[in-house]
Amino acid sequence: MNLRKYPTVYKKFLHTSLASELEYKTNILIDLITAILSLVGSIFLLSIFFQNNGSIGGWKFEQALIIQAIYTILNGITNTWFNPNLTEIVKHIREGTLDFVLLKPIDSQFFISLKKINPSGFLEIMLGFLLLFFCIKINQINLNLSFLTLSFITISCSICILYSLWFFISTTTIWFVKTWNAIEVLRSFLYVGRFPLNSFSFSLRIFFSVFIPIAFITTIPSEVFLGLSVLWKILLEVIVATVFLITSRKFWLFALKFYSSASS
Amino acid sequence: MVQNIIDVRNLSKSFDISSKEPGLKGTIKHFFKRQTKSLKVIKDISFEIKEGEIVGFLGANGAGKTTILKMLCGLIYPSEGSILVSGYLPFRRKENFLKNITLIMGQKQQLIWDLPPIESFYLNASIYDLDKFEAKKRIKKLSEMLEIDEELFIPVRKLSLGQRMKSELLAALIHEPNILFLDEPTLGLDINAQRNLRKFLQKYNKETNATICLTSHYMKDITSLCKRVICVHEGAISYDGKLDLLLKKLSPVKEILIVCRSEEDAIKLENSGFTVKNKIKNEITIKIENNSFTSSLKTILNNFDILDLFINEPPIDEVIGKVLIKKDYDI
Repeated sequence: MNLRKYPTVYKKFLHTSLASELEYKTNILIDLITAILSLVGSIFLLSIFFQNNGSIGGWKFEQALIIQAIYTILNGITNTWFNPNLTEIVKHIREGTLDFVLLKPIDSQFFISLKKINPSGFLEIMLGFLLLFFCIKINQINLNLSFLTLSFITISCSICILYSLWFFISTTTIWFVKTWNAIEVLRSFLYVGRFPLNSFSFSLRIFFSVFIPIAFITTIPSEVFLGLSVLWKILLEVIVATVFLITSRKFWLFALKFYSSASS
Repeated sequence: MVQNIIDVRNLSKSFDISSKEPGLKGTIKHFFKRQTKSLKVIKDISFEIKEGEIVGFLGANGAGKTTILKMLCGLIYPSEGSILVSGYLPFRRKENFLKNITLIMGQKQQLIWDLPPIESFYLNASIYDLDKFEAKKRIKKLSEMLEIDEELFIPVRKLSLGQRMKSELLAALIHEPNILFLDEPTLGLDINAQRNLRKFLQKYNKETNATICLTSHYMKDITSLCKRVICVHEGAISYDGKLDLLLKKLSPVKEILIVCRSEEDAIKLENSGFTVKNKIKNEITIKIENNSFTSSLKTILNNFDILDLFINEPPIDEVIGKVLIKKDYDI
């Protein structure tokens, strides 16, 4: 496999999808406004929860804001890459256009996961980082190399887990054809990620850690920011992310054997 | 000696198909307990295709033509048998194999809808590892062959179906594949666009010696492009051979309408031993077998006073239509 062409191809993906999106200026403007309003609404909701209590599950409002910042960054990544590409898998399979992808001399998972981008998601990522820097300031977090490395590792793992979960569900389309509902359920579970894991009951904490690992996605990176993290949790997140990535890859290759293409 | 580029041996394919009874009761039953059965859509077929050949796959809807094409290009795993295309097992989809083939489907498109086709061409060029200079050269050459120019810079959504199909062809051929799989490429195109596309494919085959496997319901595509046809009936091959042989077999006689100078001449002709279909005054229609056509025509012209004559060949669609409903043609 010639890996050298992949950066060039990705540059072309970026160029073509940006050009496609810029054809519809109003749509981008609406997406940008939605991203700002959504963040303002989420912070407002969080502030209501903390209005009467100084802390929830041991987390103060300023600390909980970090989770909101990480959630906003991840949601931005979701809207920039996962949503436009992974929802398209369902369409590719229903309409049989996956044929064109599979017949190209390029990794099919790379192609269908990264072909499109939604530029308005970038604003959400930027807003998330702005909020994160604000939180670093108000929580007086000391920025050093080990802190930056750990935050990078944990956020990268969160992205991998989120991507794998979504990709796994989309892949099942090869058998079930319509899986929109499953993706919507996953998205609604992700909303849970805006709140500290400790704020849920014990059974829900187990559910969101073991069955749908939302806890790994936002809570562990936030704990790194607050200096509350323990090594075994970070290691566990790395292991979970690796297992999820490998499994989703294997599952895709396995599922392709059952692809029957749409009838003409 | 020309080598086989496609070699298919005892190929079969089965699909699990679910069926549903009509009405609400059937729908509920189908939701809770799905009845599925294995359906063999391709049944033990074998054939070879030589390098540079243009082969037409003929068959009714659902006969299995597209399934064969998709197995040849590696999209569908065969259930039984073996396929070798250009020395590769297609379903492994090795990079070098994929660089050698292309699939064009008349009813599906790969061009980016909101952008001009040129953007899709350069994207494909990067996927096929072509540098910008080489890509530009190939785009220029192919666009000249396809007679498209300004259309390359207009968003795909604003192009006509014919212009879009030409662009689809260019996008699919930018890597100069040796084997082309075409699934109803002229579907929905007007007569001129169909003719242009056929002309292009002939030229491409001549210039590059590419092998072309084609399915089409437009008989003109088959007759003007393919010397050889493979007829598929309910998943099995009912005929594999030269198209003209098949046509001769299926329509062994020609009809000739002869306008005689007088009614007496027509009566004389009627009684001369030819098979007469009908006679109206001085016009007579006779049937002549293909193998004695030239000699019979000579006899008529030499012995009768003829004003005019018209040779009626049965419409090709009608003739081929017979293939689509018959299981076996032993020629």
